[in-house]
Amino acid sequence: MGDHHHGPAKGLTRWLFTTNHKDIGTMYLWFSFAMFILGGFFAMVIRAELFQPGMQLIDPAFFNQMTTLHGLIMVFGAIMPSFVGLANWLIPMMIGAPDMALPRMNNWSFWILPPTFLLLASTLFMEGGAPAFGWTFYAPLSTTYAPPSVTFFIFSVHVLGLSSIMGSINIIATVMNMRAPGMTYMKMPLFVWTWLITAFLLVAVMPVLAGAVTMMLMDIHFGTSFFSAAGGGDPVLFQHVFWFFGHPEVYIIILPAFGVVSQIIPAFSRKPLFGYDSMVYATASIAFLSFIVWAHHMYTVGMPVAGELFFMYATMLIAVPTGVKVFNWISTMWRGAMSFETPMLFSIGFLVLFTIGGFTGLMLSIAPADFQYHDSYFVVAHFHYVMVAGAVFSMTAAIYFWLPKWCGRMYNETMGKTHFWISFIGFNLAFFPQHFVGLAGMPRRIPDYALQFADFNMMSSIGAFIYGASQILFLYNVIATIVAGEPTSEEKVWDGAEGLEWTLPTPAPYHTFETPPAVK
Amino acid sequence: MGFKAKRLVQAALAPVLLLTSVVCAAAGELSSVNMSPGVTVVGREIYDLHMIILGICVVIGVLVFGVMFYSIIYHRKSRGVTPATFHESTKVEIAWTVVPFIILIAMAVPATTTLLDIYDTDEAELDIIVKGYQWKWKYEYLTEDGDNVAFFSNLRTPQAEIYNVEAKGQNYLLEVDEPLVLPVNTKVRFLVTANDVIHSWWVPQLAVKKDAIPGFINEISTRTADEGVYRGQCSELCGKDHGFMPIVVNVVSKEEYAEWFAGKQAEAAEVNDLMAQTFAMDELMDRGQSVYTRNCLACHGADGEGGVGTAIAGSAIATGDVSGHLEVGINGVPGTAMQAFGGQLNDVDMAAVITYQRNAFGNNMGDLIQPIDVYNYKKGQ
Amino acid sequence: MVKLSDNPSIDTATKLVGLAVVMFAFVFVVMVPLYDVLCDALGINGKTGAEAYTSVPAAVDESREVTVQFIATNNEGMPWGFSPSTTTMKVNPGAVNDTVFLASNPLPFAMVAQAIPSVSPARAAAYFHKTECFCFNRQPLDGGDSAELPLQFIVDQDLPKDIGTITLSYTIFDVTERAAGDLASR
Repeated sequence: MGDHHHGPAKGLTRWLFTTNHKDIGTMYLWFSFAMFILGGFFAMVIRAELFQPGMQLIDPAFFNQMTTLHGLIMVFGAIMPSFVGLANWLIPMMIGAPDMALPRMNNWSFWILPPTFLLLASTLFMEGGAPAFGWTFYAPLSTTYAPPSVTFFIFSVHVLGLSSIMGSINIIATVMNMRAPGMTYMKMPLFVWTWLITAFLLVAVMPVLAGAVTMMLMDIHFGTSFFSAAGGGDPVLFQHVFWFFGHPEVYIIILPAFGVVSQIIPAFSRKPLFGYDSMVYATASIAFLSFIVWAHHMYTVGMPVAGELFFMYATMLIAVPTGVKVFNWISTMWRGAMSFETPMLFSIGFLVLFTIGGFTGLMLSIAPADFQYHDSYFVVAHFHYVMVAGAVFSMTAAIYFWLPKWCGRMYNETMGKTHFWISFIGFNLAFFPQHFVGLAGMPRRIPDYALQFADFNMMSSIGAFIYGASQILFLYNVIATIVAGEPTSEEKVWDGAEGLEWTLPTPAPYHTFETPPAVK
Repeated sequence: MGFKAKRLVQAALAPVLLLTSVVCAAAGELSSVNMSPGVTVVGREIYDLHMIILGICVVIGVLVFGVMFYSIIYHRKSRGVTPATFHESTKVEIAWTVVPFIILIAMAVPATTTLLDIYDTDEAELDIIVKGYQWKWKYEYLTEDGDNVAFFSNLRTPQAEIYNVEAKGQNYLLEVDEPLVLPVNTKVRFLVTANDVIHSWWVPQLAVKKDAIPGFINEISTRTADEGVYRGQCSELCGKDHGFMPIVVNVVSKEEYAEWFAGKQAEAAEVNDLMAQTFAMDELMDRGQSVYTRNCLACHGADGEGGVGTAIAGSAIATGDVSGHLEVGINGVPGTAMQAFGGQLNDVDMAAVITYQRNAFGNNMGDLIQPIDVYNYKKGQ
Repeated sequence: MVKLSDNPSIDTATKLVGLAVVMFAFVFVVMVPLYDVLCDALGINGKTGAEAYTSVPAAVDESREVTVQFIATNNEGMPWGFSPSTTTMKVNPGAVNDTVFLASNPLPFAMVAQAIPSVSPARAAAYFHKTECFCFNRQPLDGGDSAELPLQFIVDQDLPKDIGTITLSYTIFDVTERAAGDLASR
């Protein structure tokens, strides 16, 4: 066990064989950023085509491949792995553990990801093109009518599901068994709590996704007919199975984001988080409710009216715990002594925009109104407010917040703030007008549109380009910080930050908490 | 510094104010930024419900963000405040769990009423089967005597407009060759289904949206109120040309409708007559070109150069045996995107388009295929 | 709780792997069959059950007439002629009714079809009983042949009062390939 006390190995093998939670966290973060750029590039292609009415750059078939890959890569390649990376870095440091509970599995769960996404991206160059049936891959478009590359897509989904399950098992095992003495569950930082609940959601629903794609595989290659009416199956069954996974998946993405914001807002308000207990209970209620609302994605599919009512009421209920969270964050800010460094700006951006996304979510939950919103750009606007301004903004906030701790160097504050304002303006310019075109009747996933949608689409494209470009500034700022940022050795990089990770030296050493810390 | 901070806050507030004002503007029924109240009672009801929920959300939003921005302005470190230390209050937590719950109940009541109105099963006066195809719609009017009127409704916008060769028309992408025609003040029931993948039939102004699922049937009804032309689109991703299968509904007076319907029935009879006729080459070529433009061009290209489908110019099928060409046209090519058009085109149109394909694009086969040939081919299979 | 390993982390992980496996099985063992049961009970997609209704018919309700509409559609790639012999019938709830659908195979070789029934409004599905239906089995037809496909049904007396019209739709699918085994053994 001697080399535990040495630093990292040198060269490539350090990364290939590492079992160190910080190394693996770093790899997850860089990988997810690379995927964010790739998925973002696809989004730019989509927005460029939609800049004006008419087909200019790509053909409709390729457009569908772009929307599909953009969705899949952003959800499974960018957002989810980025939060796993954050969990890897932070959870052991936050609960006073030396490493993750199952370090070797941790290594595998990361390293199976890059080849999988390489395979998924390579379908673009296959005969018949990449999957073109949307990230929700409804049967029979994704079975009987799918391009041959669907088999590789199914394989990719299986592997990335496996990776997520392994990562989640690791997180649960770590939180349950590796806490420092005195670190009771109700003393854990909220980020750890939200991730614990998220990890349980993942273990419960990723197998359901695996089940759905397995049924597709069997329908395509082994003559079953789960999703084909001809053999006694039903294409609508696919949607039920998919959304039984899909709705909890949405919370899998957003709950860790809640956790991040719950760490950052108190730090810059210099005041403890308001209503810690209720935050934990609210998170748990949201997770529970996520299992009984899936069919609100399917109001127009032809459900019995009793079903519509049940799913409508259950969905509306989610507004209660979500509201509690927003109120708690604002109460945390109330009568604090706030300062507005970049992480705080992104957190406030998150708070405002996520709340708008929550409102549109509430509107979408109203079944009769959803008959007009469903599958329109209003939905696109809604989930980008939640996914981008929710998950991605909070992820960005997290990087600015903890990066100085990780590498012992301070990022450039002016550049960080500039990044925030450009992102904020670009984001809103891109997605706010999409509410309008959606309400006015523009369906989603179309490569070309009627003339009355032209102005807002052009605005939207310009906004998207601005938001996209702002990420280059982010990348530059992060690299510049790591390479040549102003060194800092303050343990508490932020004067208001609380938690075990801030009791460690800065930069955080390769091995931490080999002897458990004392928790008051 | 304080001044600068204030400026910053104003800058932060500006977009929020802008958003709020835009939302308020939207309330002014500007159809380009808001849902259309449409022309049906149910549509109006949905619109009112939408505005109520939106209104409640805006009010809550203004209150919540108001508190937040007040806090951002006054509770800043740069103002030298000392942070408070309170961090919990059961009473407050209960209050902001219960109050939203009550608001939700207030929203659920009108929502439930509207939903039940949508699901009402009053006798319809007119039943129409709406069937989604990759990538067009087929409408079939059910009649008591079984003499149904059925036709396909294809995108009419020419490829030249889509690919920016010509200027785009006013109803770009929202125009079809044959619209659905409905009589005014009539309860119409749509029986929605699909031929291949899932589609969704959406006409915003009639407040009608229902998924079309292959093998199963869904129903939704509307009561037409105002005469006019209402446009919609397929709203469920259904493959390559999902964006190019619009819906146009003409609501006309009952007299006009009766006339149109009689015309449609006569047209069907006329096609029967035409079947017995022999056509000259130029007649077939003219008719064939229009059939080609509507049905074949999207996949095979304006000049038969191919695309999703194989090239027709110089192809083995179009320059080979006539019966082989008929076979492909009528029964399609299983396992490919080439559909069986035998059930979609009448024999006259089939004869015309086959003739066109064999003589256009430099194929110059000189063949003349008559409706009777198509009929005999189908019969003889 | 049972301990599966002395190492607490391995213990937790093993249990979680168990949970994942259970959830995977849940899709096949619970969700799929449960969906079928719910479809039959609630008439989701207007499904009316794939087996003959065998209950004894109760008294005929002469006081009420329900209109039954018949629709026939072909799924993609199905070249058969397929249509109802009558498009509408007025029936009394409780009475046994007969009708036929006409099918013809225009192609020169034998094919097998499967008809899938769907009832609209979906709420009526649970009250529409088929005592005999060509949709219970695959229907083979030799090249150039045609056939009358029989249907016998009862509309339940408990059909909600506000439903006056029931639409029964059949979609036929070409299942020749699926049924290749059946054909070979014929």
